Amino acid sequence: MSGRVQLILGGALSAVFLLAAALSLVWVPHDVAALNIADRLRPPGGAYLLGTDQFGRDMLSMLMVGARSSIAVALVAVGIGMGVGVPLGLLAAANRSGWLDEVVMRMNDLIFAFPALVIAILITAVLGPSALNAILAIGIFNIPVFARVTRGAALSLWTLDYILAARVAGKGRARISVEHILPNIASLLIVQGSIQFSLGILAEAGLSYVGLGAQPPTPSWGRMLAEAQTMIYTHPLLAVLPGLAIVLMVLGLNLMGDGLRDALDPRLRRVAR
Amino acid sequence: MLRFALSRLLSLGLSLLAASVVIFAAIEVIPGDPAAYMLGMNATPEAVAALRDELGLGGAALTRYLDWVSGMLRGDFGLSYTYRVPVADLVAQRLWVSVPLAGYALALSTLIALPVGLWAAARRGGPVDIGVMGATQLGIAVPNFWFAMLLVLVFAVKLRWFSAGGFPGWEAGVWPGFKALTLPAVALALPQAAILARVMRSALIETLGQDYIRSARAKGLSRGQAIRRHALRNALIPVLTILGLQFSFLLAGAIIIENVFFLPGLGRLIFQAITQRDLIVVESVVMLLVFAVILVTFLVDLAYAAVDPRLRRR
Amino acid sequence: MIAVQGLSVAIGGTPLLRGVSFGIDRGQILGLVGESGSGKSMTALAIMGLLPPGAHAAGRVVLDGTDLLGLSEPQMCDMRGRQIGMIFQEPMTALNPVQSIGDQVAETLVIHRAATRSEALRAARRRLDRVGLPEGRFPLGRFPHELSGGQRQRVCIAMAIALRPQLLIADEPTTALDVTTQARILDLLKGLVEEERMGLLLITHDLAVVAGMADRLAVMRAGEIVEQGPVADVLRERRHPYTRALVEASAHHPGADLRPTDRPLLQVAGAVRDYPQPRLRLFARPAPFRAVDEVSFEVRRGESVGLVGESGCGKSTLTRAILGLEPLQGGEIRLDGQAVSAGQRMQASLRRKMNVVFQDPYGSFNPRHRVARLIAEPFHLTGRPVDADARVAEALVSVGLTPEDRHKFIHEFSGGQRQRIAIARALITRPELIVLDEAVSALDVRVRAQILDLLADLRARLGLSYLFISHDLHVVRAITDRVLVMQAGRIVEQGPTEKVLRAPEHPYTKELLAAAPVLEVPP
Repeated sequence: MSGRVQLILGGALSAVFLLAAALSLVWVPHDVAALNIADRLRPPGGAYLLGTDQFGRDMLSMLMVGARSSIAVALVAVGIGMGVGVPLGLLAAANRSGWLDEVVMRMNDLIFAFPALVIAILITAVLGPSALNAILAIGIFNIPVFARVTRGAALSLWTLDYILAARVAGKGRARISVEHILPNIASLLIVQGSIQFSLGILAEAGLSYVGLGAQPPTPSWGRMLAEAQTMIYTHPLLAVLPGLAIVLMVLGLNLMGDGLRDALDPRLRRVAR
Repeated sequence: MLRFALSRLLSLGLSLLAASVVIFAAIEVIPGDPAAYMLGMNATPEAVAALRDELGLGGAALTRYLDWVSGMLRGDFGLSYTYRVPVADLVAQRLWVSVPLAGYALALSTLIALPVGLWAAARRGGPVDIGVMGATQLGIAVPNFWFAMLLVLVFAVKLRWFSAGGFPGWEAGVWPGFKALTLPAVALALPQAAILARVMRSALIETLGQDYIRSARAKGLSRGQAIRRHALRNALIPVLTILGLQFSFLLAGAIIIENVFFLPGLGRLIFQAITQRDLIVVESVVMLLVFAVILVTFLVDLAYAAVDPRLRRR
Repeated sequence: MIAVQGLSVAIGGTPLLRGVSFGIDRGQILGLVGESGSGKSMTALAIMGLLPPGAHAAGRVVLDGTDLLGLSEPQMCDMRGRQIGMIFQEPMTALNPVQSIGDQVAETLVIHRAATRSEALRAARRRLDRVGLPEGRFPLGRFPHELSGGQRQRVCIAMAIALRPQLLIADEPTTALDVTTQARILDLLKGLVEEERMGLLLITHDLAVVAGMADRLAVMRAGEIVEQGPVADVLRERRHPYTRALVEASAHHPGADLRPTDRPLLQVAGAVRDYPQPRLRLFARPAPFRAVDEVSFEVRRGESVGLVGESGCGKSTLTRAILGLEPLQGGEIRLDGQAVSAGQRMQASLRRKMNVVFQDPYGSFNPRHRVARLIAEPFHLTGRPVDADARVAEALVSVGLTPEDRHKFIHEFSGGQRQRIAIARALITRPELIVLDEAVSALDVRVRAQILDLLADLRARLGLSYLFISHDLHVVRAITDRVLVMQAGRIVEQGPTEKVLRAPEHPYTKELLAAAPVLEVPP
């Protein structure tokens, strides 16, 4: 699949979910907080486009609101990762082999030893479960990822002659980092951001599935799956729909990331020209 | 090589030390009074005081930390508050499920991913490559616990080849235990294999563009020979990195998957402990999980040196 | 022995080679010379049957009566390594980093089933001995990263000649190496050709290398051979205008006669730069590596001084110290009487007085900025003047470009044009000293001649001083008044360029001069 096709397909898929999530802020087909036992376990069709769950809640509305919480968690987590990780990475690269670099890298290694789930477990054990924990856990996990990617890319830029030329022009390390390094690694960070965003969606689903994420009554894809698990023999659709939503959303983001990489990578661009 | 191993061992020790400080601080220092927390809001002051006594919370944080660490070094992880048994026994029991599951999944994912990645790279741009890339793209997007549910639906409910969950215990024999772990391992392995296959493919393609592959071809090696004799081993270096990282994903995945299949592993233990506010168990299991990740990082470092002679000198 | 007849190569309808024909006999060396992109390497790859995917070859490549272009891939695999060997430009990356050199040489024999593994290893030992890597210092178990560039190129040669092929193709085999190493590798190749009665196709951009080595010379331009014949005849007669242009550019000497003043501009006194070494043991701190060792010299106003040495001699470190990018551990550097210090502490008004042009025309510019912003960057030192735009335009004109070029991005320019832009950037703050760090080394000869002319002209017009760092003695002779020869961190000889190059005193200078290939152009 060519980069352009990936970009369009992935962008379209992601856009559908983003729009659905945005729409859920102002309108959903049915109220997701209201339980309606009379209409429980309806098959798709009629007033309920995708059917209802065991409490009579509209699946489509649940999925729309679930998209909102998934996207919000993943987005804020990427924001935390980028906001802390990128400056740390730039700082480490600008002071290559200095003590600052050493400290940043050692801290990275330490955080890497804690999988996101373990961080979530730690936070939940101490503070009790909430959606905020998922954001924090995934966000903290993202920090070393962005710090490493930033540092690695920045280090290879620091060896280039135009950086040396900027230093000869009297520019300091901080200024060079912002003026020359950051714009030239931006495309890489955007691609990494889209990858971490899709990983964040997956991680949020996993955390809320085991009860460490969004708490009832807020609908989330992971908890919809957990609740559907006991019904899987009789009503498999309840487990299939939220799962499909996750797959399509993540697939869309990944395709878009790959497409972006092709579109933004100057190496590939040069070959194309 | 020995010097390299020793220096890595030193950094392993330092990482463990730092991790233990972080975990201890998170569980025992930051929340204030763990005893009050464990007993919940309705506890009487007397009960809290009794538990504080039992947990040895009277001393200074530093003394308690040193006690905790030296206890762990002796294999003493403390007493579970809810089960009233040593945590070490609880954990040891559960490890017999979790470690085989993680190992099984790791083996499956490697055995699937490496040949598939090689196959796709060797036929770059062809129908095989496009098919593999499409399949892996999908595989990456599938959450493993949902995949596990689908597997249960198909292989346990519809086809009745496997049971939907539970673990007979190794006392019932190796084969039944193995069978009970198969669906969970597949559910864990396939999404990881998708990632690994893509890494293998791109590492091989990158290696195939290197000058030394051209030198090898100029010696008269065919494309296939050049891949087997030169590209594979060099491509292994990035693959090892990802394999090491994947271990922590696998570990986290295993904890979640155990819940889907009702397996009595570490994952079930830790979630029960969280609901029961059994901080002693949480603390020990988290330390164990982090230890496993750090140990794997160490092993990956050693494997690097085995593959790449350039690292052995350092 | 081998005859290439009407060889044409095209990728997707774009012709890369057109009707290339030549022949090589046993024991003969054919030099194939041309500028980058002329199709030299493509010719070699076509003979080897290793063209990039999508490329299509037509014509005939006849080796001992067999047309190689007609062979199947398995038959061609059998030919490669057995009948034709090849070595490449970049020895640092041409060997598999995770396999020992013995295994890599032996592989040539094993793959062609010419020997068992143990026999192959014994043969590899003999081949490595022959290419100058004796057993004592270079056992078979050595890995590539333990060898220098020249030694790695020897391993590549051993690999290529392990089965005594009839034809050896060497694609820029010494371009990445220092002159003294180059001379030894060329000697080795020449000896092997005589001994083994092989044919050698020597591909290079350097006429001087061919002049000293080859029997015949073929000149290539834009995918075609424009002229070929015995080396001496081609160089003497220069029938084709392109050959004439190449030869003249190779021997180019900008004929400016400038009188430097006596007033010193740059004074380096007892400069020392140490680098800490990595710890091998936990508690023993190793002695630091001294990259620049008690270096002293002067550059006077209006003077052009050359700094010559091989890679790793410390000239780049010294350059960075002069530019105020690295601290010294001893001695001092003064520019216009003021001390140069590393980092932000150095005053902008002092920094403004010097600037630099680097070697790589591709890595010297931020690809995201337009030319106007690139050239104006040094205004950071002076504050942006009101007539900044006019000065950028003026700088562009002074290096032979047009003011309109300031709106373009850097990827729209060729290597030579980029080097002009780099010079414009160096001129923008009206400095007095320009450091030229291998500034013409990456350019083709004709472009190089133009840039040398430009530099000479600018110096005459603006009264600039140059510190010209280079590994190429010929270029140094063309553009400097005085030369410093650097070896292992020390300046071993200095004096007027003509005098040092004509009558060197230090043994190292003599060695360098003896090793440098000379293009004697018959009148």
